[in-house]
Amino acid sequence: MVVATLTRRQALATALATPLVSIASAARAQPTPVAITDELIAAAKKEGKVSHYTSDDLTVATNIGKMFEAKYPGITFQLERSGAERNYQRISQEYASAIHAVDVVSTSDLSHFTTWKKANLILPYMVAEAAAWAADARDPDGFYTKQYFTLMVPGYNTRLVKPEDAPKFWTDLLDPKWKGKIVKAHPGYSGTIMTGTFTLARALGWEYFEKLSKQLVMQVQSAIDPPQRVAQGERAVMADSAENSSIRVRDSGAPLALFYPPEGVPVIPVGNAVMAKAPRPNAARLLVHFLLSAQAQQVYVNSGAHSFSPDTRLPANRAPLATTKLLHANPDEVAREAENIKKRYTQYFAI
Amino acid sequence: MSISVADTHGATRRLPAWLDPSLIILGLVGLFLAFLVLLPFGWLAVFSLTDEQGTFSFENFYELADPALFLGPFITTLGIAFGVGILACALAVPLAWLVSRTDVPLRRTLRGLIMTSFITPPFLGAVAWVLLAAPNSGLINQYYRIIFGAGPYDRFVNIFTAEGIIFVMASYAFPYVFVLAANTLDRMPHDMEEASAILGGSRWHTLRRVTFPMVLPALLAGFLIAFLQAMTQFGTPAILALPAGFHVLTTKIWSLFQFPPKTHLAAACAIPLLLVTIVLLRSEKWLLGRRGFTMIGGKTGAPQLTALGIWRYPALLAALFVIIVTVVLPNLVLIRASMLRTVSDSWSLDTITWDNVRLVFGLTHTWTTLENTLLVGLVAASLGTVFAVLIAYLNARRAVPGHRFLSFLATAPAAVPGIVLGVALFIGYTRPPFQLYGTLWILLLAFLTIEMPPAYQQLQAAFRGLNPELEDASRILGAGRLKSLTSIVAPLLKSSVAATWCFVFIGTIRELSATILLTTSNTKLVSVLIYDLNENGELGGIAVLGLVLMAITAIVVIAANRIANVGNVAAGR
Repeated sequence: MVVATLTRRQALATALATPLVSIASAARAQPTPVAITDELIAAAKKEGKVSHYTSDDLTVATNIGKMFEAKYPGITFQLERSGAERNYQRISQEYASAIHAVDVVSTSDLSHFTTWKKANLILPYMVAEAAAWAADARDPDGFYTKQYFTLMVPGYNTRLVKPEDAPKFWTDLLDPKWKGKIVKAHPGYSGTIMTGTFTLARALGWEYFEKLSKQLVMQVQSAIDPPQRVAQGERAVMADSAENSSIRVRDSGAPLALFYPPEGVPVIPVGNAVMAKAPRPNAARLLVHFLLSAQAQQVYVNSGAHSFSPDTRLPANRAPLATTKLLHANPDEVAREAENIKKRYTQYFAI
Repeated sequence: MSISVADTHGATRRLPAWLDPSLIILGLVGLFLAFLVLLPFGWLAVFSLTDEQGTFSFENFYELADPALFLGPFITTLGIAFGVGILACALAVPLAWLVSRTDVPLRRTLRGLIMTSFITPPFLGAVAWVLLAAPNSGLINQYYRIIFGAGPYDRFVNIFTAEGIIFVMASYAFPYVFVLAANTLDRMPHDMEEASAILGGSRWHTLRRVTFPMVLPALLAGFLIAFLQAMTQFGTPAILALPAGFHVLTTKIWSLFQFPPKTHLAAACAIPLLLVTIVLLRSEKWLLGRRGFTMIGGKTGAPQLTALGIWRYPALLAALFVIIVTVVLPNLVLIRASMLRTVSDSWSLDTITWDNVRLVFGLTHTWTTLENTLLVGLVAASLGTVFAVLIAYLNARRAVPGHRFLSFLATAPAAVPGIVLGVALFIGYTRPPFQLYGTLWILLLAFLTIEMPPAYQQLQAAFRGLNPELEDASRILGAGRLKSLTSIVAPLLKSSVAATWCFVFIGTIRELSATILLTTSNTKLVSVLIYDLNENGELGGIAVLGLVLMAITAIVVIAANRIANVGNVAAGR
């Protein structure tokens, strides 16, 4: 069986080449894309279950799971939805106690893959579904594929803020008139905010965050939370959010508007990978095929994300990205900076 | 065992001491208790005194001087806990006096309403108060702006403040103080008050000079309970303090478990919390020791109720006001939020939705967490009650040498805050020889340890009221100790045992401080799922899940009491 040999080969390579990992991975050719086979489906069904640790929007991830279960009856989909940073901590904590519960991980902080790759915790696996996607949609060594990307965007409540008063630049949020009226998510919980904080600190300098912290911001955890607080009218403005979640809230009829500051908007790619110690290796692979399938990709797009798949259609009410200046982060640099980011953030915002 | 039952009293005595089954049980229970307490705390001490490499150092304790890490949160915590202690007593004691010693109408109903608030976990109450009193979207502030025509950012209350936290914590701590104070007042002989009245003392004078001093020990105990609960709670400050941008000690300790985990530092942070608790519990004994006058009076009739006269109905209204604000309102707002798409929406046919129910029961983990919660709760309540009965019995009858040590082991965990226990258990059971992290066992151990002291103390009090002659009679007639325990003592104590069982069960539902550190994705409990949903901002989902949890708790508690009562009927009592 394909899967079994791959696992064994990987294990062998790990065992033989531990000191040479960096050289080997630099020289390694991309694995060949794999298509779903009947054997894979049968083996996955035999495993009967798949556990997905993800930072995706709770509602969307639950729907994707239901679609997966409908397509592959007999496999129970188990969702562990939390912030990317929280999931990262959970996995490291579980692995430290030799608890291997997770099959597939999706994270909005790609720097996690950098660490997991080094520690041989994830396996290279490339699916045929994403073979035709742009080269930057996957890891050069094939360890992960970008499931979609979103942006870290600010926004405001349209009932509380008139369009002419609305902030337009990131630095507009530092205006004293917004004091006590801002809600913001946390980089220690959310991968979106971690990546976005790294990017914005580069673009605007840490002074931006230092000044923002003086604005008495309401500090929530998930990047999914700010649009909900703004929709409730709890705060007038959100300093950040995951664009896809905000679009979903806005499209449900909430008085929420997003804005795209001209200084540039951080791009937040969300990637997925198969864990090397996945307790259900076949179901894990099958789930990755499904997450990158045209069917799932269209769901991500419909609920506000941007797909790398050329086969998806943008809903009529959504404008393409052309006008927005996009800021990209290098995951390896984020991995190096992560500790420093959390430290500085805690220093400014006290929590 | 059959030998000792069949044989004469003398024959039993000649057997080697270790053959007495009660001694074997004592040994096992003692070992288990010692293990329960000593293993995790040994590790806690070791971790606090070592660095990440495992070398001995005081470095962790030096770091506690950092105001951002420890000192600031610690002082905030003490301030909040003090406020909660005062407020809980201020709410509970007048209420207890009203229902216990006055002719205020609806006394039983008032008592019942206060007791129902036990089934609301404090963290759920905190979410309910976010819905009610968030500065802008909170319902109270919305109505305030409508009624007084205030501007869009004007507010009447803001729950995301230290005062807000004190209020919410006191709302869920005051029932404990109330029960203590009401029980004391119920049992207090009225002769002394009568004597004071006969000797010409005015009503106010009697209240101040006679009644109050007699209630003082209960008041002090109540203050301590409220103080300790507030100091060691995780859920409420995590929900209310973090958004406001400040930490208390429990949330800080929890944050040290975020990646990269600083377990050694967390262990060091936990030690002062442990010390404060021990000092407080000791000081209570010391204070009461000095004031410890016994209420002599023996058997007296039902206390004479103070007639409130024209104040009867105003007093009732005041009592109802407290109960409505602390008990009724939060539950109503949860029901409301469970049906709304956006929790700040107004209530109309257009905004009512099943979305939240669908969200909660669409989650893949909901049923598993409900099962886990129920399973761990039932097992912990049953095992905890059995242990508590055994130890209380052995102690009350001084049945075996070493019963004092058992009693000490059973009460010692009272000095251990939930989050400290969480840290200790996490360290103790994530490494050999006992790798229990990731199983429900570690949660069971946590709950047994946390609930052992109150369970034991309740049953100890019950045993004190039980005349040993009945058991002696059964033992003389040839029954072994176990037999007389099961067929004489247990039926007589049925209602106390049922109450203890319910107390432990409810305790497991309310627990989050230790639980938050000990669950994994497969061993989640409802409390943790609610916390997860809160981090996601899914307030409507929390409302649904919280109502389900409270309904289950209520059903279990009612069923437990029914079962205990059915037994009574069958026994012809």
